[in-house]
Amino acid sequence: MTNANLLQLSGLRKSYNLGRPNAAEVLHGIDLRIGAGEFVALIGPSGSGKSTLLNILGLLEPATAGSYQLQGTEMAGLPDAALTRRRRQALGFVFQFHHLLPAFTALENVTLPALMAAGRVTAGERARAAELLAAVGLADAMHKRPGELSGGMQQRVAIARALVHDPALVLADEPTGNLDTASSQAVFELLRAIHAERGTAFVLVTHDPRLAARCDRVIELVDGRIAGDAPPPG
Amino acid sequence: MMAWLGFERRVALRFLREGRMQTLLIIAGVAAGVAVVTYISALIAGLQANTVAKTLGTQAHLTLRAPDDRVLPALPAQAGAAISEVQPRAQRLRSVANWQLLLPQLQALPGVSAVSPMVSGAGLALRGEATQAIALMGVDLERYRRIIDLESKITSGRLQLAPGEAMVGVELAADLGLRAGDRFTIDTGSATESVRVSALLDLGVKDLNRRSVLVPLRSAQSLLGLPGGATVLELQLADVWQAQDMARQLRQTYPYRVESWQDNNAQLLSALAAQSISTAVIRAVVLAVVVLGIASVLVVSVVQKRREIGILRAMGATRGQIARVFLLQGAMVGALGSLLGLLLAGLLIWAFMHFVRGPDGGPVFVITLSLPTMLQVSLLATLCGVLAAVAPARRAAAMDPAQAIRI
Repeated sequence: MTNANLLQLSGLRKSYNLGRPNAAEVLHGIDLRIGAGEFVALIGPSGSGKSTLLNILGLLEPATAGSYQLQGTEMAGLPDAALTRRRRQALGFVFQFHHLLPAFTALENVTLPALMAAGRVTAGERARAAELLAAVGLADAMHKRPGELSGGMQQRVAIARALVHDPALVLADEPTGNLDTASSQAVFELLRAIHAERGTAFVLVTHDPRLAARCDRVIELVDGRIAGDAPPPG
Repeated sequence: MMAWLGFERRVALRFLREGRMQTLLIIAGVAAGVAVVTYISALIAGLQANTVAKTLGTQAHLTLRAPDDRVLPALPAQAGAAISEVQPRAQRLRSVANWQLLLPQLQALPGVSAVSPMVSGAGLALRGEATQAIALMGVDLERYRRIIDLESKITSGRLQLAPGEAMVGVELAADLGLRAGDRFTIDTGSATESVRVSALLDLGVKDLNRRSVLVPLRSAQSLLGLPGGATVLELQLADVWQAQDMARQLRQTYPYRVESWQDNNAQLLSALAAQSISTAVIRAVVLAVVVLGIASVLVVSVVQKRREIGILRAMGATRGQIARVFLLQGAMVGALGSLLGLLLAGLLIWAFMHFVRGPDGGPVFVITLSLPTMLQVSLLATLCGVLAAVAPARRAAAMDPAQAIRI
């Protein structure tokens, strides 16, 4: 599956508060290649720069130096509008705290990307969103608002939303972080199933060694440097 | 914009609905502001229209008289020599020269709706022991009716001026003990005539009611010693506010003394202007408060919605889309508020018309809410809403998605 290059980082650095007394470099030159359809865990202690790296991969913040090629295109120095377009087309996000829009129903949350892109949602797009929600086991909760759903259900809505536009890469920041064991298990199974079915690449930031052990590749980040990059042991 | 801001509209609406209390309060605020602006505008417009109508109820829009007699010094002014004093002439009653020829010419001018000749002068009204000074006005009733609506001013008798008849003001009638049908004598010093009262008039101004006597044009001509003459030509215009322009134009064309109603009511007009300015100031202040109110609510909303803004940006919403979500919220609040405000203003106006009564039991004056005013106000309020949203929208658009999500 790891045939074509999905993304490639070389010499990637990230500093905050540059030029101020409290300036700090968080990532000290990352070199990394992820192929299309890989299922990668990104682990490391708190403060190692995992979330920062994920944000940079997700084009949510720019790197300070170095190169980031996504699907063969250099992302460094692109204007905000171009990055936004790229996010919309190629990336899906699942955050730790679900981050659904509370004013919209589950189905509406999942159709938001389509609404955003075209100003309206076609019947086909709605059907696809409903299908995805059914696939994540929420056929009955489609018209409920996030507030009426459990944490695990909300996270599954977020996953459906991240997948609705068929992105090449889904970035997930502690997707099971605040779920109980059973829910967390179910959500992870869901991600693996989608991966197997569609070949979408996943990068998961996680603290949970048991989850990491079930990914195809584990990248360990320590103090802003890659300390390990290998398939999980065993 | 694809499907006309479909995304922005949906999100803006949901955001507004989500912040229910905030939204309701600010819409109520906008409605109150719009109601005040609309009500005050309508009230002042009604008041001014009423004042102007009352003023013009007893006077013509334009008057045209013979020029004043002037003394021409025999010694022309030369360099170094000056005449220190010239005794001004006493002005005698004079007719407008060639008024019969002038009449059709004036009538044909665009914007002139009626022209009426008048002979006016001073005299005395006598009845029994009583004597009253009067302002004698000789008119051609058919023409004069088109200048001043006499019909509505009659308190008793009938609107007619046959030879030997006169219409008199109600106060004068009371002073002389006259009723419709009674006779009295008019004495101008040079002639006297006994006339019969055909109608009593209430002209709305006490002084006019005490002095006015209307007689047929010919009677006045002979009473005042101006056979075939007319001392004043009165003009009525389709648009009262054209009077000054028209006066200027007539002054250039004809060698007569032309006065517009504005010339004769300068004080009234400056009062009206002052009123208009204070209304404009009140409107501006209220609208500024509306803008500040909407802006403050939206600023808070941007902070509250940081996370949502972050998610939307991560999902691929552009800065422009986020900005428009907030601009639209401003516009929606402005539009909805103005709608409610107009309703409220309508209610206030209805209350004014029903509960504020003049001495005669009718409304003090009529105020109406015109469609153009309503459209103008709602457009203005919507614009204010958008304007108020500019700063919050920029702030929302500039938000860093990574930071917004981390919160």
